[in-house]
Amino acid sequence: MQQYSGFGLLKHSLSHHENWQRVWRNPTPKKKYDVIIIGGGGHGLATAYYLAKEHGVTNVAVIEKGYLGGGNTARNTTIVRSNYLWDEAAHLYEHAMGLWEGLSQDLNYNVMFSQRGVLNLGHTLQDMRDIERRVNANRLNGIDGEVLDPKQIKEIVPHMDCSENTRYPIMGASWQPRGGVARHDAVAWGFARGADAYGVDLIQQTEVTDLIIEDGTITGVKTNRYGDIMADRVGSVVAGNSGVVAKMAGFDLPLESHPLQALVSEPIKPILDTVVMSNHVHGYVSQSDKGDLVIGAGIDGYNGYGQRGSYPTIEHTIQAIVELFPIFSRVRMNRQWGGIVDTCPDACPIISKTPVKNLFFNCGWGTGGFKATPGSGNVFAASLAKGEMHPLAEPFSMFRFHNGALIDEHGAAGVAH
Amino acid sequence: MFHIYCPHCAEYREEEEFHAKGQAHIARPLDPEACSDKEWGEYLFFRKNPRGLHHELWVHAAGCRKFFNMTRDTQTYEIKEVYKIGEQPSVVAE
Repeated sequence: MQQYSGFGLLKHSLSHHENWQRVWRNPTPKKKYDVIIIGGGGHGLATAYYLAKEHGVTNVAVIEKGYLGGGNTARNTTIVRSNYLWDEAAHLYEHAMGLWEGLSQDLNYNVMFSQRGVLNLGHTLQDMRDIERRVNANRLNGIDGEVLDPKQIKEIVPHMDCSENTRYPIMGASWQPRGGVARHDAVAWGFARGADAYGVDLIQQTEVTDLIIEDGTITGVKTNRYGDIMADRVGSVVAGNSGVVAKMAGFDLPLESHPLQALVSEPIKPILDTVVMSNHVHGYVSQSDKGDLVIGAGIDGYNGYGQRGSYPTIEHTIQAIVELFPIFSRVRMNRQWGGIVDTCPDACPIISKTPVKNLFFNCGWGTGGFKATPGSGNVFAASLAKGEMHPLAEPFSMFRFHNGALIDEHGAAGVAH
Repeated sequence: MFHIYCPHCAEYREEEEFHAKGQAHIARPLDPEACSDKEWGEYLFFRKNPRGLHHELWVHAAGCRKFFNMTRDTQTYEIKEVYKIGEQPSVVAE
């Protein structure tokens, strides 16, 4: 793999940047792999990367029906934080945060991870009680967090209306300084390039149409372009389509797929250098390096696979953002889109063995999967390599919905994706 | 934006007046104490999530506040029919 560096940039500028190596190959799949990963989004590519890098498993294929990182990885609002309430979730997301902090160097690819801090606003007494509890739980878990009052918030975000004259005055906030944003596409591309360099085959434009299961053990997958491809182990990382793949395997998942939408404004000059989210008025906003405001909404209440969102949801979100930032009221929106999120009843993911032997699922990230991308891939890779779940992944078994050991993260997951 | 026909009001109204309440026709086990953990967990948490026809429960929250059922395509978002609680759908999902 060609290393990227300042010197390389200078060198290639002499040949008008025409001789850069292709970032990854476009191979024809082999007949058999050690591990097949279904789904070439951020989580799937991270899984392939860590399988090769940390476990030496390089005979791996990632099978993607569209193009790499074209699903929810390309559709989220790029927020990264780890301030979850319960130990199990906090440890998992903090594991991801640790990997984020060294990711650009590790991948030799600039994922533009910017730890600009994340504010979660509270507008009611109950919000503030929940925030106090969550921040204290975070600190006990070694995760940074502070409770701020409106005056301190005003110092961080001077343009926000922190007065008492709003419909839902801001009473305080939790503040995670290590949180921030990353460039979503670069994350997928960086992991893809890294995995490819270790010899992982990235098979795009190829849909898995069925699973090959013999005596309760998976032995391969059927595809629409290359016929049957065999594998010792298969990991499914297909987000909104997890229910569809589970149906091929003959079991059900406790997931419901909902459209979740986001929108970006026209680029404006730098005005917001942190991430602001509010569960109560239901919206979140940050500003990208390009200058556009990245605004996220809630999910549509109904199930849907349409990859588009409803207009009432946009209206509610914009109301919330304009209430917080009256100065944004005349900013024009450029684009709006929807992704399909697979939500779990307890707002926590499923990283699990399944009733089918050697078939593993990583799904149910719902509205907040992007922040976990490196951590999710890391623990899922360890699980696929060993055939036993990584200790951090163990609490997230799909069988928790039978034994009742749920991890209720609705408070921390809430709207704050 | 959905235009939804409320079978109680006998009128079309905009989506904002309604709330989706999830899968329809979920029968509570007659004897919960006799359920295994698996059966009870599936009753509580496991829902159909089809890409295609889906029977759903909706409520006319900002209208008559009554519940009704809807058969809708989750891919095209086309509403096939609405029918009252207790009635059976004429368009049936697989």
